[in-house]
Amino acid sequence: MRILFRASLVAAGLLAVAVVASAGQGAPKPPANDDCLACHGDPTAKRANGTSIAFDERTQKAFGASKHAQMACVDCHQDLAALKEFPHPDTLAKVNCGTCHDAAQEKFMRGVHARARQDGRMLAATCVDCHGMHDIQGAAEPSSPTNHLNLPGTCAKCHGNLDIITRGHIQIGNVAAIYHDSIHGKALEKSGLLVAPSCVDCHGNHDIARKSEATSPVFRANIPATCGKCHAGIKQQYDAGVHAAALKKGDSRAPVCIDCHTAHAIQRADTDSWRLAVTAECGTCHANVVDSFRLTFHGKVTELGFSRVASCADCHGPHDILPALNPASLVSQANLVTTCGKCHPNASASFVKYDPHPNPRSYQRGRVLWWANRFYWALIPACFGFFGLHSLLWFRRSWRNGHGTASHEKDGGRA
Amino acid sequence: MTAMLADRPAREDGRPPAIDPTRHLRRFDLKTRILHGVIMVTFLGLAATGMPLLFSDAPWGRWLARVFGGFQGAGLVHRFLGAVLLAAVVWHVGEVLWRAFVRGEKGLLWGPTSMVPQPKDFVDFYQQMRWFLHLGSQPRFEQFTYWEKFDYWAVLWGTALMGAAGLVLWFPQAASRILPGWMFNVALFVHGAEATLAIGFIFVVHFFNGHLRPGKFPMDLVWFTGSVTDHELREERAAQYDRLVRAGDLDRLAVPPPTGSLVRRGYVLGTAGLTLGVGLILLILYAVLR
Repeated sequence: MRILFRASLVAAGLLAVAVVASAGQGAPKPPANDDCLACHGDPTAKRANGTSIAFDERTQKAFGASKHAQMACVDCHQDLAALKEFPHPDTLAKVNCGTCHDAAQEKFMRGVHARARQDGRMLAATCVDCHGMHDIQGAAEPSSPTNHLNLPGTCAKCHGNLDIITRGHIQIGNVAAIYHDSIHGKALEKSGLLVAPSCVDCHGNHDIARKSEATSPVFRANIPATCGKCHAGIKQQYDAGVHAAALKKGDSRAPVCIDCHTAHAIQRADTDSWRLAVTAECGTCHANVVDSFRLTFHGKVTELGFSRVASCADCHGPHDILPALNPASLVSQANLVTTCGKCHPNASASFVKYDPHPNPRSYQRGRVLWWANRFYWALIPACFGFFGLHSLLWFRRSWRNGHGTASHEKDGGRA
Repeated sequence: MTAMLADRPAREDGRPPAIDPTRHLRRFDLKTRILHGVIMVTFLGLAATGMPLLFSDAPWGRWLARVFGGFQGAGLVHRFLGAVLLAAVVWHVGEVLWRAFVRGEKGLLWGPTSMVPQPKDFVDFYQQMRWFLHLGSQPRFEQFTYWEKFDYWAVLWGTALMGAAGLVLWFPQAASRILPGWMFNVALFVHGAEATLAIGFIFVVHFFNGHLRPGKFPMDLVWFTGSVTDHELREERAAQYDRLVRAGDLDRLAVPPPTGSLVRRGYVLGTAGLTLGVGLILLILYAVLR
């Protein structure tokens, strides 16, 4: 039994060797990296048309330090793995990263870049444009183009390149420059803060979608959630307010974060210039309310470019805006003394009867103001009309009479 | 000239009186001239510091406010000048009332020398209108013409109303103890409307009537020198001149003519005031017609 067993093992071993040998004959061993470098490692090696085929020393070094250092050339350049004759043809098949990175590729194919390429706009980015080629590194590496701190620069290779922006019909224009000057851009690119968002934190990475697509994180209705990933406290306030309620009801005019703060040019909200400019934003919907605000001391001083006095958000709150009829509102009857008291420490119940949005033409809103408006609209034209005419007649009379102070003598004589 | 002199009552010896028509007669005493000066300076300053707020949407609003160091600087200057103007007008009214009621001075509250409108003023106005239309001769005015009285009462009324509204806006917390908060809205509106009226009236109507009209152009310096020539008084205020002659008071008003340097300083100040006022009017026209 034992001998028989041993014999069968030997036979099986021999058979296996034979199978492997015959298989090896059918498909030759793929070239090792050293085989490739036999040609491509020669800095003087050229194609028939004279262009270099050298995989130069720097690239070799970068490849050696890359995430793919342990991989064979033919793992990516797969059409060369089965090739028998060398030198191989000049044109190789496109490398397909999806062979390994199938999940990323699937997402990428849904994204705006892949769709542009499918439409024939080959300027649009593909894997290597963002990740690099032979020098590919994991995002955790500080020198990787997909490292958080380097991402804005990576996207800017196209989105900050005027030539590509023009040829690629990128409608937003040089968005990299806008981002660069924003609070997020400064925090990331200048201060090196990892908490500051780069492009992908709002737009996603492989499956970037247009803001008009409901799946996009920058789709209007998704923006509070996108910003809220970091600004969670502000999102809570926003969600409690009237604008979030309107957004949830599907009101397309309901403001989201970017309407006041902009998408890419986001600034500190405590600067004078920002505080003054945001009033205009409220006015895109609340035009009458801003007009009436401009009749007040608050409205006039802010219009002159000084932010020391109250503008919209100081009374209504920046994010948790509620209608005055809601008792929780900062401008509800119950809260007015406190709200006005933020600037006017001795504000009383009588004091807060002030109308921060007066309308002199509304009798209901304020009778005395209505009468005052009526009175002056009669008095001012009457006064200027009367004395205007008086002066004109006088001018005409004395001009004709030649500096007419003495004219009563002459006229007296004539009469 | 001889025709004019012939109107004068003949002296006892029958010869025309030897009066120099170029001699100077007192019209405004020093107190009055200082009052006009204070009103002039404060009014110009109040207009310049208030107009940025009144025309906050005009492109020049910002720089005019920055001239005074921003709205807070402009507000500080505005309140200071407002307090000075209010004090000056209160002092003036107090002085007139004191003179009239305590010292029993005659002619302040009624009569030809009073600022209170007289029946003659309405007749004068009617006659002036006829003269404008070549229907009659110019009225023989008294010490103060009807348009001068209008100016005077406009300043009193305007300062009282704008002063009251200004104080409400200056001390809103205190004001809210007696007034409901919506009175701040009324106060701001009235302050602005009355300012529009005052600025337009002073820098157009008063400037024309008092200074820029033919016969006075470029300016009348009587507010600064305080005196007019005998000839001028006789021409412009014939009724006053005759009354003074009849009462024998005319010669008592004779004063030395203003020195050249006083006249020069008057022209400099007057030119500055007129230029500033007209400049502010041009800014308003630009803001309104833009």
